[in-house]
Amino acid sequence: MLVWYGELTTQRNLTRRGLGFLGAGILWLLVFLVLPGMVLILVSFITRGGYGQLVWDYTFENYKRFMGFSVFGWTADYIIIMWRSVWVAFMSTLICVILSYPLAFFICSRPEKKRYFWLTLIIVPFWTNMVIRTYAWLLILAPEMPLAKLASFMKLIPPETPLYPSAFAVYMGMVSIFLPFVTLPLYSSIERLDWSLVEAAQDLYASKLRIFMQTILPQTLPGLTVGVILTFVPTMGMFVVPNLLGGSKYMLVGNLIQQQFGTSRDWPFGSAISMALMVLTMVSLQLYRRRSKEVDVI
Amino acid sequence: MVAPKLDQAADINNDLDNRSQDKPEVQRGLGIKNVDKRYGDVQAVKNVSLQVNAGEFFTLLGPSGCGKTTLLRMVAGLELPDNGQVLLGGKDITSLPASKRQVNTVFQSYALFPHLSIFENVAFGLRSRKIPQNDVETRVNRRLEMLGLEEMSDRYPHQLSGGQQQRVALARALVNEPEVLLLDEPMSALDARLRAQVQVELRRLQRKLGQTFILVTHDQAEALVVSDRIAVMNDGEIIQHGSPKEVYEQPKTRFVAEFLGAANLIEGKYTDGRLETAIGTFDLQKQPSWDRDRGTVAIRPERIQVIEQSPPNNGLKARVREAIYRGTNLDLWLEPGPLRVRAAAYHNYEPGEEIWLELPQEGLVILDE
Repeated sequence: MLVWYGELTTQRNLTRRGLGFLGAGILWLLVFLVLPGMVLILVSFITRGGYGQLVWDYTFENYKRFMGFSVFGWTADYIIIMWRSVWVAFMSTLICVILSYPLAFFICSRPEKKRYFWLTLIIVPFWTNMVIRTYAWLLILAPEMPLAKLASFMKLIPPETPLYPSAFAVYMGMVSIFLPFVTLPLYSSIERLDWSLVEAAQDLYASKLRIFMQTILPQTLPGLTVGVILTFVPTMGMFVVPNLLGGSKYMLVGNLIQQQFGTSRDWPFGSAISMALMVLTMVSLQLYRRRSKEVDVI
Repeated sequence: MVAPKLDQAADINNDLDNRSQDKPEVQRGLGIKNVDKRYGDVQAVKNVSLQVNAGEFFTLLGPSGCGKTTLLRMVAGLELPDNGQVLLGGKDITSLPASKRQVNTVFQSYALFPHLSIFENVAFGLRSRKIPQNDVETRVNRRLEMLGLEEMSDRYPHQLSGGQQQRVALARALVNEPEVLLLDEPMSALDARLRAQVQVELRRLQRKLGQTFILVTHDQAEALVVSDRIAVMNDGEIIQHGSPKEVYEQPKTRFVAEFLGAANLIEGKYTDGRLETAIGTFDLQKQPSWDRDRGTVAIRPERIQVIEQSPPNNGLKARVREAIYRGTNLDLWLEPGPLRVRAAAYHNYEPGEEIWLELPQEGLVILDE
C-alpha cells in the first residue's frame, strides 16, 4: 500500500494502470515506426532486381554506391548532395534563429492582448498546405513578378527569367516554412525570461554581446533547442521545397531518396541513403548538444 | 573592437584608485535632487531630494509601493527619472547607463547567474571590464573569503541555501568596489532568525569597508539595526529622515510614529500650557506649533509607566482589557484608549484590574499635524 499524490493505492495497481495508458502508444510506435525502421535497415542491405523488385541477396553494394563507387569509377555526386543537404539545413536553421530572436522579442514586448494577434499571424501559414504555399512561391518568383524584375534590373539574373530554380529560392522556401517552428518555442522561452538577470548583467558592466551570451542565451536555450531540432531534422530530409524551387540544379538528399523510391524504383539504394540521412541527422544534433553545453564558458 | 574596451576598463580602475580622499564627505557621496517619476497615472516618486554621505549606511524605509525601490533603481541606472538629477561624487550621472556607473546592486531576488559557478558569478563584473585573470582570482578569492564562501566557489547557485546565495550576491557586487552599494530588500527571502544575524553582519561589514551602502526595506526593525541614517518614505515622498534614534523617538508625523514600532496616538486641545484630551490632561515639554490649538501627540508603549498610585501630574487611571505575554515583556491593552503599554513580564495583570499610569512629559512627542 502506498499513497500516490493523495491516492491510496498499491504498486501493482500503479504499474497496471501505467501500462494501460502507455500500451496503445507503445504499440503504435512499434508497428508504425520501429518495424518499418527495421525493415528499412534490412532492405538497405539487399539487391534490386532487374524490374525493381527486391532480391534477397545480402550486399554492401548500396552503401558503396552511395559513397560514390560504381562500375563507371568513383564520383562525388552523392556525397556532394549529402553535404549540400547538411549545409542547407544548417543555414536555413541559422537564418530562422537569427530572424526569430527579434521577432519573438517583438511579440513579447506587445501588450498581452495584442500578442495573440501577432502569434496568430505567425501560425496562419500552417493553415495552408505546404505544397500550395511552395507553389505560391513559384508565382512570387515568376519572371512577371516584381522580385524577378528587380533582380534582372540589378543584373543578377538575365531578363525574362524566373528566380527559380536556385539556391536562393530553396532558402526562401525553407525559411518561410520553418520560421514558426523556431519563433514559437523561442517565444515561450522569452516570455518567461527573468529580466532581473539582464539588469544584473547591466549593473555588472556587461557589454551588449555579453548580456546576450550570459543572460538571454542560457535562459532561451530550451526553446532554442526545440526550435533547432524541429527545423534542422525536417530541412535535412525536405523534398517538396527543393523539388519545386531547387529543381535538378539544387538537388538535396530528400529528392534523391524520393527519386530512388519513386521513378528509379531502387528501394534498396533508397533505404541506404535514408539510413545515411538518419545517421547524419543524429550526428549533427549530437554536435549541437555539445556546442550548447559549451555556451556556458563563452 | 577590443582596444577601446580595455581603455574603458582602465578608466574605471583609475576612478577607483583615485577616489579622491580630499573632497569633502558630502561631495563624494550621493545626491538626489528634485527627482520625479511617474508610471501612467501613478506618481511613484514626488520631488525627492536627499544627500547620502560617503561611508554612510543609509536606509530608505517605507511600506510597499511607497517609491523606495524606484528611487534605488534610479540610482542604479535601471530607471530614468522624469525630472531631477542624480549626482555621484559631485558628477551628474542621471543619464549614465547602469553599465557605466560605479554603483552595484544586490537584487531582491539576488539574480545570480544560474549557469555560472559561484566563482564566475562573483567574477562577472571584473570579467566584463576585462581585468587580467590574476587580478580577478585574487580579488574574487578575497571577497569569497571575507564572506565565508571560499568552500563554495565551484558550486552553482541552486546548490546553495538562501543565506549563502545572499552572500554571493553581496560578494558579486562588492568585488567591483562600488562607490555606492545598493541593497534592494536583500533580506526579505531569509527566515527571521537568519535575518537578524545577517543584519548585524551587514552592519559590521559596512563599518569594516567604510563603503557607502543604501538599503531599501519595509522592515522597520531592520532599518533601526543597520542604519546610520533612515529616510522614511510614503506615497513617493520622504516624510522624515534622521538617525534611527531621531526617527524612532521624535517622529514628526502620525505615519512615522505608527510605521516605526507601536505608538499610542492621543488627540487633544492645547490650552493654558496643557493638553486636554479625552483621557486626561497632560503637561507637554514644549508648545506645539499646530495651526489651530488641536492636534495629536504620540507616546511609545514602553514610555508609559505603570505605577502604584496617582502621580503628581500626567497620571491616568486605566482598566486592563487584555494582557499578552510576549516573553521579554507583557503587552497591555487598556481602557480608556485603546492604550497600549509595555509592562514587565514577571507581573501578573488580570483583565478588569485597575492600574495607574504615568505618561512622562519627555515621552509625549508632539506630531506636526
